[in-house]
Order: sequence, then structure tokens, then C-alpha cells
Amino acid sequence: MVRQRTGDVVLAALWGDNPVFRQILGICSALAVTNLVLNTAVMGAAVIFTTALSSLTVSILRKWTPRIVRMMVEVLIIGFYVIIFDQTLKAYWPDMSRNLGPYVGLIITNCIIMGRAEAFANANPPGLSFVDGLFSGLGYACVLLCVAIIRELLGMGTLIGMPVPFFSTPLWDRWIIMVMPPGAFFTLAIIVWIARTIQPDKEPKKKVGI
Amino acid sequence: MDIGSQMLHALIILFAAIFTDNILLARFLGMCSFLSVSRQVKTAVGLGLAVVMVMTFTIALDWLAYRYILQPYAIEYFRFILFIIIIAAFVQFIEMVIERYSPLLYQNLGIFLPLITVNCAVLGASLFMVIRQYNLIEAVAFGFGSGAGWMMAIVAMAGIRERLNNAKIPRGLQGPGITLIIAGIMALAFIGFTGVLSGR
Repeated sequence: MVRQRTGDVVLAALWGDNPVFRQILGICSALAVTNLVLNTAVMGAAVIFTTALSSLTVSILRKWTPRIVRMMVEVLIIGFYVIIFDQTLKAYWPDMSRNLGPYVGLIITNCIIMGRAEAFANANPPGLSFVDGLFSGLGYACVLLCVAIIRELLGMGTLIGMPVPFFSTPLWDRWIIMVMPPGAFFTLAIIVWIARTIQPDKEPKKKVGI
Repeated sequence: MDIGSQMLHALIILFAAIFTDNILLARFLGMCSFLSVSRQVKTAVGLGLAVVMVMTFTIALDWLAYRYILQPYAIEYFRFILFIIIIAAFVQFIEMVIERYSPLLYQNLGIFLPLITVNCAVLGASLFMVIRQYNLIEAVAFGFGSGAGWMMAIVAMAGIRERLNNAKIPRGLQGPGITLIIAGIMALAFIGFTGVLSGR
């Protein structure tokens, strides 16, 4: 029974309820850091770390948190983990810390983490909340990586800084626009389009048009 | 620097924040509300005004807090939490003030204020301000410019989306998909401003 539920949670977090496809949440950083695969991997790790651990903490503390100050407590918990990640990165990998700039700090306002804390961790036991947070973060990081791979490959002809056969030769005219801001919008739009087309629409159409 | 050249520098930062380095189209901040609240021009204008106001004031408060609280004690790493508390407190405060003194403004702006606390553009502007080491005047110019740039983008987007109501869009692309593509085209247009201003 428990195993079954864990499986459902994992599947929902990764695909069915994927924060980016389904809810279009937290895409600020999804767009900003995805011009290089390496930056994206670090950013993804930061999000997974924060979502999993803050979901766990919120869930452990859920019985002792008064409802009125709930949001504030959640923000503080999330902020705590973000600071840990930011300081660690700054100490051991200063170049990467500089590359990511303010976007690590902006994980605090990433709606996904707050959303998981509010929607799931508040009402579920710690173990399950941890799994939910972990895989929500993972689902998000996967989309980020897809976007980054497409952008770096088409824009620079490399992956993680290493030249890819064909794409780094003069045969391939580099699409510089892909590593610039518009490329991020187009790539994400196309990925969302594909995901929404394959996915069976669970909710009935609410409105015609937009 | 004398006052005149400092003002000029601040002015350059202001215009750079609006056009060449638009916080939404070049830095991707504030996307959530940009995608969800851009259906009508009227609401977009309301939200935009609220963002401009909150951003201008909170960036000044954040600057003061950073300079006079965090730096003297060398606890800069607390800035994430401190900034978000300042933003939340300021939004709450301004909501009460507006409700008390201007019911008309409250009616138009009130519902948008709670949305702003979670708008990452506001926090993002403050974090950029720290990284780029602006002084107070530059910070305020940057905050106002970022807010104005954000407002311009969301109002333009709402104007386009109102016209899209009658368009035939593939099913998977409806809603966020098409909005992202339009945003991409807008970002493409804004790249045209690159090189007009060299100041940051």
C-alpha cells in the first residue's frame, strides 16, 4: 500500500504533474541559466536539494506550526537551505557561483518549492513529503536540462563545453540566437507544446481560446 | 563624482534597465505573473503599476538594510531572508495604507499587492543591486527602471493576447505555449536596443 503510494507520488511529480509542463511554475530560472548545460546542472542540483529538504522539514514541523504564520515559516525554512547551498557553492566553486549570479538566491521565490510545501508537505508524513519534494525537483531539473542541451548544442555546437561532432564543425551554422534570451523562450515553448500534445488532457477544457 | 555626472550615470542605468537589460525579457524574472496575469490590458496596467511602486521602494529599503545592517556585522549571506521579509512587510504595509487613505486606488491595485511578494522580479532586482554594487541613487534608478520595463512588457503582452482571443491556435500551444513564443518575439525585438546604451 505504502509502496504503491510512493510510486504514484514519484510518477505524478516527474510527469503527470510536472511543475513546468503542467503548471508552468518557477520558470524564471528555467530560462535564465539554461544557456549552458553545466550551469543548468548545478542549478538543478540546487533546486532538488532545496525542494527535498524543505519539504521534509515543513512536514516534520507541520504539527507544531500555527496556521497563521505557516507561510512565513515555510519561507524561512526554504531560505535556510538556499543560504546553505549558496555559501557552499561560493566557498568551493566561486566561478560557478558568479555565473549563476542572483539566480541561486531566487530559488526562494521559486513557486515550485513553496507550492510543494503548501500543497503536499503540509498534509503528509515526512518520508512521503521528502520523496515528493525530491522528485518534483528532479522533474524540474530534467526539463531544465532538456532546454539547456538544445540551446547549447544548437547555439554553440558544444555540450558541457565539449565539441560535439557535426555541430562544432563549419558544416553547422551556429544559431547564436539560441544562447540569447529569445532562444530560451522559443525552446521552452516548443517543449511545453510537445509535452501538452502527448499528454492526455486530464482537466476538461474550461475556456475556449486562452 | 560630482552630482551632475552621477545623475547622468543613474539616468543611463534607468534606461538600460528598461530597454537593453529588461528584467523580464532579458533576465527572465517575474515570469509566473507575466504568464498568468497578462490576459487583459486593464489588469496588466494595475499589476504593472503596483510592481513599479513596490520595486522602487523596496530596492531603497533593501539597499539601506544591506549597507547599514548586514555589512557592518559581515552577515551578507542573510540577505536572501532579510530582503524577502522586507518585501513582504512593505507590501503588507502599503496595502494597509492604501486601504485606509485611498479606497479607489485600493480597489484597482489591492488585489495585485499580495501577488507581488512572490514576484521574483522584486527580489531579483535587489539581488542584482547587491551584485553590481550600486549606490543608493543608482539603486533607486535601477529599481524604478526595472519596474517600468516589467510593466511595459506585461502591458504589451496583454495587448497582443487580447487580439489572440479570436485566433486559431493548436491545442497544445494554447495558453502558456503561445505566450512564451510571443515573449520570445518580443525579446528578439528588444535585442535591437543592444548597443544603444553602454552603461550598466
